[in-house]
Amino acid sequence: MEDVAQNDDGPAPDESYIMSDQGLYILKLYVAGQTLRSLTAFANLKDICDKYLDGRYRIEVIDLLENPQLAKGDQILALPTLVRKLPPPIKKIIGDLSNTERVLVGLDLCPAEGFS
Amino acid sequence: MIEERSTTLKEKCLEKAQTGINGLDDITDGGLPKGRPTLVCGSAGSGKTLLAMEFLIKGAKRYGEPGVFVAFEETEEELTKNFASLGFDLDELIAKNKLLVDYIHIDRSEIEETGEYDLEGLFIRLGLAIDSIGARRVALDTLEILFSGFQNETILRSELRRLFSWLKEKGVTAVVTGEQGEASLTRYGLEEYVADCVILLDNRMKEQIATRRLRIIKYRGSKHGTNEYPFLIEEDGMSVLPITSLGLEHEAPAEKISTGIERLDTMLGGHGYYQGSNILISGTAGTGKTSFASQFCKAACERGEHCLYFAFEESPGQITRNMRSIGIDLQPYIDSGLMQIHASRPMAYGLEMHLTTMNKVLDTFNPDVVVIDPISNLTNVGTEDDVKLMLTRLIDYLKLKNITTVCTSLVEQESNDGVNGQGISSLMDAWINLRFFESDSELNRGFSVIKSRGMEHSNQIREFILTDHGIEIKDVYIGKSGGLLMGSSRAVQEANEMAEAVSQSQDMARKKREMESKLKALDAQIAVLNTEFEMQKEELDKLASHNELKNKALANGRSKISLIRQADAPQ
Repeated sequence: MEDVAQNDDGPAPDESYIMSDQGLYILKLYVAGQTLRSLTAFANLKDICDKYLDGRYRIEVIDLLENPQLAKGDQILALPTLVRKLPPPIKKIIGDLSNTERVLVGLDLCPAEGFS
Repeated sequence: MIEERSTTLKEKCLEKAQTGINGLDDITDGGLPKGRPTLVCGSAGSGKTLLAMEFLIKGAKRYGEPGVFVAFEETEEELTKNFASLGFDLDELIAKNKLLVDYIHIDRSEIEETGEYDLEGLFIRLGLAIDSIGARRVALDTLEILFSGFQNETILRSELRRLFSWLKEKGVTAVVTGEQGEASLTRYGLEEYVADCVILLDNRMKEQIATRRLRIIKYRGSKHGTNEYPFLIEEDGMSVLPITSLGLEHEAPAEKISTGIERLDTMLGGHGYYQGSNILISGTAGTGKTSFASQFCKAACERGEHCLYFAFEESPGQITRNMRSIGIDLQPYIDSGLMQIHASRPMAYGLEMHLTTMNKVLDTFNPDVVVIDPISNLTNVGTEDDVKLMLTRLIDYLKLKNITTVCTSLVEQESNDGVNGQGISSLMDAWINLRFFESDSELNRGFSVIKSRGMEHSNQIREFILTDHGIEIKDVYIGKSGGLLMGSSRAVQEANEMAEAVSQSQDMARKKREMESKLKALDAQIAVLNTEFEMQKEELDKLASHNELKNKALANGRSKISLIRQADAPQ
């Protein structure tokens, strides 16, 4: 669990706050336990972020089995769910994030942008 | 041994969770299946949310079972407000940790789906809510919103299946609501997953009057009422009808109570109506139905019984005034609380509402006798079938409570059918028909007892008049043609008979006098004869004593002679 539940897999917080809000992506990944699906989702997310966000992101992994009360705040029903807290508006992407294209659409990241 | 086995069998039986909703527990034979999910389906506005919420509220308040309400449609604030108008204070229950309202918001536009997922988040939230207050009851209103929130129906369906078995595992009694579909019970076929108990709610319009109905489509492992039962949403929640029996099991007491009209009592075998029976008084307009009913009320109040009068035509003031004009003063009984008049226009609300309000008043006032005046007006509100159904339920309820009921019914046309169409006469134990009789250019009131179950009754048509001291039943006069004489012709006949009686009595007196004088004459003769007899007797006595003296004297003379002759004394 530990490796998934790390709250800080992106750049150091200090660094990210110094950066302008516009560029920063704050992402929360809700999972329930260390299932294969959770791990897949996390791995897929990490790949996409590394590829397209280039350090302009922060991922927080929330395990609802440990903190079930957190499910209410972001209206989480399906798991895994990725919530884009920043930039607004709030976006939710559910599933194991295996379809990269759809994740990019969900995050408002045009695929072309990443390649530029 | 047998006892043991029967108890274990009983334990094995399906346990029920009482809903606490008026009437629903009767129909379901004790409530919803405990620890299992129940599906409540119906169209928009049919009362699904109310049923679900009332199940939780009553559970928390009455049965000590906390509940979780998962709302997919309304927020907590909205629900609190909506239920405050029904007299349920959700905040209070929430503060006491007896109720938890969890609003789950789903917005498809926010959600993007990529790859495999499950609804574990919902389970976690629900599990947390249930555990946090130790809930025994759960309501999901309405689960089908999920179908609009998620695209992958395959996942959704398998997750729903998992949800229901998970709820069963948790041992909570769940109520799941679902919108009615066009061809199926619910739009997304939720009934497929909830196999134990399915309740259908319906809100139907018929002749501009809406009637809510409830039907139990299926209830595994339990007997239940299978009809459609009307239900109402009132200021204190839901109530399902009938509250009454599903069978004919009421007792039939043998006691009788007076009709308030002495001669009518006699016509009904001596003592009036059977207690707890129902009596129909039919008649055309103005024949005196209300008067008959009021006379009965008065008699009941005089006995100290409680009397409830449902008026569908006149206001209470009008009834008391009109009845006072024929010497039936009901006001003192109303003042002393023995009598209550409930007046309402039949059109004011639907039949079911009438029935419920009537039931309610009956329960609070607890009367011994009830008058419904008139039942025929109710046909304005519903169809004949509906009215009959409603009356059947009402009468069942009254019989169950052993209340004697007098119903009046307005008949449009003079006929022997008596009642216009409702065919309710078969429900009634006794039936008195009032009629106008036209003769000699007069209209006179007459009545007959058409039926009276379980007692002898007079077969005569009798005339009655409304006097200043109530209803008076007149003597029977049969005219020369064999018809009943009424009104002035009866009065003429009465006078004739009176005259005849007078002359007869005069004749009698004369004859008596004649006989008396004859007797007197005889007496005198007897006296004369007696004197003669005495005289003769005296003569005879005299004769006898004279003879004796003579003999004595002779004997004396002889002894004197023998003395002189010194002879022996004569023997």
